[in-house]
Amino acid sequence: MSLFPLQLRDVVFRPNGRAVLDGVDLTLSGEGITVVLGPNGAGKSVLLRTICGLLPSTGGVIDWGGGSFDPLAVGMVFQHPVMLRSSVIDNIALGLVPRGVGARERRMAAMAMLEQIGLADRANDNARQLSGGEQQRLALGRVWLTRPRLLLLDEPTSSLDPSAVEAVERIVRQIRTEGTKILMTTHNLGQATRLADDIVFLAGGRVREHVSVRRFFSQPSSVEARQFIQGELPWHLAF
Amino acid sequence: MGGFSQAFADAFSLLWDFDARVFEIVLLSLQVSGLAVLIGTFIGLPLGACLAVGSFPGKQTAAVIVNGFMGLPSVVVGVVVYLVLSRSGPMGDFGLLYTPSAMVIAQVVLVVPLMAAIARQVVEDTWRQYREELAALRFGWRDTVRVLLHDCRFSLSVAVLAGLGRAMSEVGAVMIVGGNIDRSTRVMTTAIALETSKGDLPLAIALGMVLLALILFLNAGAFALRTSVMRRFE
Repeated sequence: MSLFPLQLRDVVFRPNGRAVLDGVDLTLSGEGITVVLGPNGAGKSVLLRTICGLLPSTGGVIDWGGGSFDPLAVGMVFQHPVMLRSSVIDNIALGLVPRGVGARERRMAAMAMLEQIGLADRANDNARQLSGGEQQRLALGRVWLTRPRLLLLDEPTSSLDPSAVEAVERIVRQIRTEGTKILMTTHNLGQATRLADDIVFLAGGRVREHVSVRRFFSQPSSVEARQFIQGELPWHLAF
Repeated sequence: MGGFSQAFADAFSLLWDFDARVFEIVLLSLQVSGLAVLIGTFIGLPLGACLAVGSFPGKQTAAVIVNGFMGLPSVVVGVVVYLVLSRSGPMGDFGLLYTPSAMVIAQVVLVVPLMAAIARQVVEDTWRQYREELAALRFGWRDTVRVLLHDCRFSLSVAVLAGLGRAMSEVGAVMIVGGNIDRSTRVMTTAIALETSKGDLPLAIALGMVLLALILFLNAGAFALRTSVMRRFE
């Protein structure tokens, strides 16, 4: 059963009375990369966690293409991924454990994935000794191995150097090419222009705009989006 | 003073000569405590991890009880196990009282809460860091417990060592359920207590030295192993 269109209707997350998500309305198709932009505290990470099922919304409806939520079809990669005290190959195979894949098949699939993300030569190294960029690639591969229909990425490149960012973006594009819908947050507007098909602009816990990337940067319709882009872009345009 | 020196000299001589009596007692102690700790590890560590990860009514109460039982007086455990295993008790038909099996049971009862309490704390600290990631990978509680126990293996060695220390140094419970029978249920601690009260200090000192050396040796070995493996995975 398809998860899409994924529709959020008036989704609210209000822990202790403070509205972090204050009536989010959003419809996502099953293709491409949607980037969520917004200032700090806008609710971007909370939105992803709510869609992933990690945080229970306190109001509203999340409609998964008319069907029920299939947790195994939704994956998420965090800003600071957890690495177990184990080898790289054990870490990348981790996502297959709850899916009941046997140890031998896990290892074979993990090795193939390590080839794909360029970490095959590090298979037996300590995962905690990888660089930040390599750890993020490993985290992406770990979730990619589970073949999710929807992949949520919470600022996956926020603390990486440019070459590591480029490597992560290449993997994100590969995942997209395989037909996985990607919903990601970032503070990097350059990255948004490179990766996004459409932009969701979130401010004050609400979706202010959901338009194509070209339209968002050329003709932002909301005041908040204009201010956000103007506040960020001078630095970007200086180059 | 001369008496003490002589006692120590005789104790060393017993060890040097590989006195059969001494090594019989040491072997039985290792068998009883080793088996108790092995069983305790398979019960205590998963129990502690379940208490850390699980979400069920009465979880806090269970945690308080496990923590409280860490300091169970061994003589109380001895009496309870004695009542259970005695001829008129619920497990009387098995005829286990005054056998090494009874001593293993008593030591398991002593070490499980200690190991579970330490495991709960260690696993809970790690789980706080991993919780979201494992939830996003759709780990159920069983897989979560398994992964966390494996991931915390270096820290959990402390729980196993604490259990071993508790089991090997314990005297009250094994005295009650084992009966301290010569060549049958006499272990290092009960033998030391008995021989000291009889005034046979050389044997008591020899066994005391072996007991201390064993505990130090096991701790040093575990520390070295932990350090070398941690260096690879931390």
